[in-house]
Amino acid sequence: MCAKKVDAIVIGAGWAGSILAKELTEAGLSVVMLERGDERATAVEGDYPSSIDELRGAIRHRLFQNLSQSTVTIRNTLDQEALPYRRLAAFLPGEGVGGAGLHWSGVHFRVAPDDLALRTNVVARYGKNFIPEGMNLQDYGVTYEELEPFFDKAEKVFGTSGEPYTIKGKIAGNGNRFAPDRSDVFPLPAMGEVYSASLFRSAAANVGYHPYALPAANASAQYTNPYGVQMGPCNFCGYCSGYDCYMYSKASPNVNILPALRQDPKFTLITKAHVLKVNLDADKKKATGVSYLDLRTKKQVELDADLVIISAFQFHNVHLMLLSGIGQPYDPQQNTGTVGRNFVYQTITTSRAWLSPKQYTNLFVGAGGAGVAIDDFNSMNFDHGPLGFVGGSPVWVNQAGVKPIAAATGGPGGKAPTWGEGYKEAMVDTYRHSLTIDAHGSNMAYRDVYLDLDPTYSNAYGQPLLRMTFNWKDNDIRMNQYVVGKIEPIIKAMGATKYSLGMLKDGEVFDTRRYQTTHLGGGAIMGTDPKTSCVNRYLQSWDVSNVFVIGASAFPQGMGYNPTGMVAALAYWAAYHIRTTYLKNPGPMVQA
Amino acid sequence: MKYGLFTRATFFGVAALLAGSVSELRAEDTSALIAQGKYVAEASDCSACHTVRGRGEFAGGMEFKLPIGSIYSSNITPDPTHGIGAYSEAEFSRAVREGVRRDGASLYPAMPFPSYARMSDGDIHALYVYFMKGVQPVAQAAPPNGIPWPLSIRLPMTIWRAVFSPSVVAAQKDVNRSLPDDGIGRGAYLVEGPGHCGACHSPRGMALQEKALSNSSGSLFLSGGAAIDGFVPTSLRQDQRTGLAGWSEDDIVQFLATGRNRRGEAFGGMTDAIFHGTQHLTDADLHAMARYLLSLQPHQPTLSAWHYDPSAATALQAGDASAQGAKVYVDHCEACHRSDGRGYAPAFPPLAGNPVLMSDDPASLVHVVQSGAVLPGMTKAPSAFAMPAYSGILSSQQIADVVTFIRKAWGNNAAPVTAATVEELRKSAPEPTIQKGIIPLN
Repeated sequence: MCAKKVDAIVIGAGWAGSILAKELTEAGLSVVMLERGDERATAVEGDYPSSIDELRGAIRHRLFQNLSQSTVTIRNTLDQEALPYRRLAAFLPGEGVGGAGLHWSGVHFRVAPDDLALRTNVVARYGKNFIPEGMNLQDYGVTYEELEPFFDKAEKVFGTSGEPYTIKGKIAGNGNRFAPDRSDVFPLPAMGEVYSASLFRSAAANVGYHPYALPAANASAQYTNPYGVQMGPCNFCGYCSGYDCYMYSKASPNVNILPALRQDPKFTLITKAHVLKVNLDADKKKATGVSYLDLRTKKQVELDADLVIISAFQFHNVHLMLLSGIGQPYDPQQNTGTVGRNFVYQTITTSRAWLSPKQYTNLFVGAGGAGVAIDDFNSMNFDHGPLGFVGGSPVWVNQAGVKPIAAATGGPGGKAPTWGEGYKEAMVDTYRHSLTIDAHGSNMAYRDVYLDLDPTYSNAYGQPLLRMTFNWKDNDIRMNQYVVGKIEPIIKAMGATKYSLGMLKDGEVFDTRRYQTTHLGGGAIMGTDPKTSCVNRYLQSWDVSNVFVIGASAFPQGMGYNPTGMVAALAYWAAYHIRTTYLKNPGPMVQA
Repeated sequence: MKYGLFTRATFFGVAALLAGSVSELRAEDTSALIAQGKYVAEASDCSACHTVRGRGEFAGGMEFKLPIGSIYSSNITPDPTHGIGAYSEAEFSRAVREGVRRDGASLYPAMPFPSYARMSDGDIHALYVYFMKGVQPVAQAAPPNGIPWPLSIRLPMTIWRAVFSPSVVAAQKDVNRSLPDDGIGRGAYLVEGPGHCGACHSPRGMALQEKALSNSSGSLFLSGGAAIDGFVPTSLRQDQRTGLAGWSEDDIVQFLATGRNRRGEAFGGMTDAIFHGTQHLTDADLHAMARYLLSLQPHQPTLSAWHYDPSAATALQAGDASAQGAKVYVDHCEACHRSDGRGYAPAFPPLAGNPVLMSDDPASLVHVVQSGAVLPGMTKAPSAFAMPAYSGILSSQQIADVVTFIRKAWGNNAAPVTAATVEELRKSAPEPTIQKGIIPLN
């Protein structure tokens, strides 16, 4: 059978894929976007009130990956046998149009500029010996100044709500004073603050920290973005993370990009199309297209293209590169090869404070991206010299709306009874009168933390599963403990009646059974050296120049900030350089 | 889309322009004419009835369910056998403007030929060239009409046509009547002619004829029509409360271009009229239509103006939901339409002062609550918005309560609605758009 040919194939219909597909069709290319999941429509499963069904949503994973078809295996150390991740818990990759961009919360950060050149900055400030043995600390190869226009563009597309600190060097608001300079305001003013967030704001300020409104891709007002699509305003219903927003107020590819993209006749979206591999020519220097499985007909389809964009979820990107033979797989013994290298995550621990019975926090209220944070202990905003670790954490009250099942199964916490009347009373007390504070921190890359193909287990299509080798390391545990220690005075300043501090324990092992965050990163990282990175600074494969790999897979380290804003900016950055440079002269944009 | 225009009719059907021999076009530069004809087709909303998803553009097949059986819109592609490829221009003109099929039989006046009679010779010519040369032939017959003999005899149509449809000469004379300025003249032409707005928005008589076919026939024209698919077309005249009084020229233009503005959102058949029709018109033409509509004097000049009354909002914001229907409103409506009833237009339409819900007939409001509504994405406003259907969630009493609340609050001051009325309207509730398989994908 003769394969069909298009200008560009985009793999995955999440944020990165939708941005690339939009940009490439704007450039005049015919684009086919392949998504293995279903079509998703707010008007169908996201409608009110059926969308705000916690059992169907967050508990039974309506919008998440179907692990019965394909999953990952996980182990903590090199000497273990990895076992399949059969029940979603620690992280929740999405499936279907919109991907994880449909079920995310909406926290929409830029980047701490120091994080982009973390190795250079750490070495410059503390010397090379400060970097612990076995840590693959690296730079991104791109600067904040280069990315700024694309952060700005992404915020305008997402309809992001926030408060600036400086714009073009001048103080323009009471925003995050550690945030880098901006070229423009946020498209919408910051979200309103729930009671817990405003308490945190005043307490953190009293302790001497610098609180700011979390930048949120939850619309604080109705909004029309540069593509002409509309958002409704957020009403703090709390059904963000794990749900499609019935108010059209949480940014998603579905709401913010696809309505415009779908009108373009050069764009085709094919759902239920599971990409098996990127096809390469004989000498593995050029991609010729992809092979995908049509999940409706169970038939394999070949589709040819001049340009292939791998823009699925972070670990799917790495999996696809390994299955396709793009680049050299990483070898932890020799510390050679690049595909699967620098697999990273984030540290997140939650502390809780209980207030007086007269203070109602009403945890059911909230918005996924809204809250108040401090950056005093993030990135390189504080002196690591005497502390002896790399990395940091923003700290925040991000009251995202605790749904009833989660509240009940989570229990009252603290030292409350585990059953009976005392349990119920404590649970009600917790639901009404407590608040939580997260330390949402970085996770560095280590030589023996990586991704490769599993030698034992395969997916429903006969392909080896991706294997994760991941564990917490002393550097990150100590970072978390230090930052959580800084939360305690804030809680005291709030006048809490009691509190519990959540932190990683010494020697703690990564536990897949407890939800932490879906902010996985790395594995196909960007950089300046083809020996230590998969893609160049334009996210172009060093090895196969007509393949670009877009997503958090490009992060050399897990940063303290939520990744979506960075993913979107990198997507626009890569798209800009594809449009302005690559398409005029296809080939490597950086000589290896 | 199903206008279901003649749901009370026993003998009306849809245009069936059947085929004959192939005709020839004069040799001429057709590309400009095709473009003009395409524009005329959009202004005339042809595809709203003649294009059905999955059947090919203009291939017909839209079902009109009548009590006497279903009839289907015809294939108007240039296919000589199944479409109109055999029509000469004169035959085409006669069908469009006079409602006479090529074989001499009369069309069912679901085809709005009484309005199309006003279309200029130039537009008809361009339209003909477009349908012959700019539309792909589709060799597929529209489903045969399912009206049994003797009801299928079209003779009564001929009589109806003679009595109620103007001659082309008379219609053209009315088109050329004196109007205040050129802009309004162009607007009048579009609204009264190809746009056939009156087909839905004007009242109809005993024989379901439009009581007025242009503003020159009096203020009944566009003063509001009978329910179509369960929704009641509002007055497009300067009537207070139930018409377009208070809408600016830009409001009307934005509505016709995108289906949404600060005053409200399109639903029901109007979404199709905009999707297939008005969104494709030039700004200049939309402004002309708006200026013309703004010139139409109220049909009911004694209606008092709507003024916002904050008391309902004040009560809700103080936590007082004791008014009839207020609690249902808070639980099911307020998130989008807000306690002050102003909504978040143009994403979520305001209920305060919305002409759709202040009319004596509560059918539109009750049916929107029962069946929901979907505003599709338009070229200039790609986002679709969906209002959920509540008939499976709320009882008739609850719907009566909330509709009563909405009709009373914020200065709307329209009459209460009983559970019995809601129960009765349940029978005529439109099928929810989502269940029709038309899914807005955002």
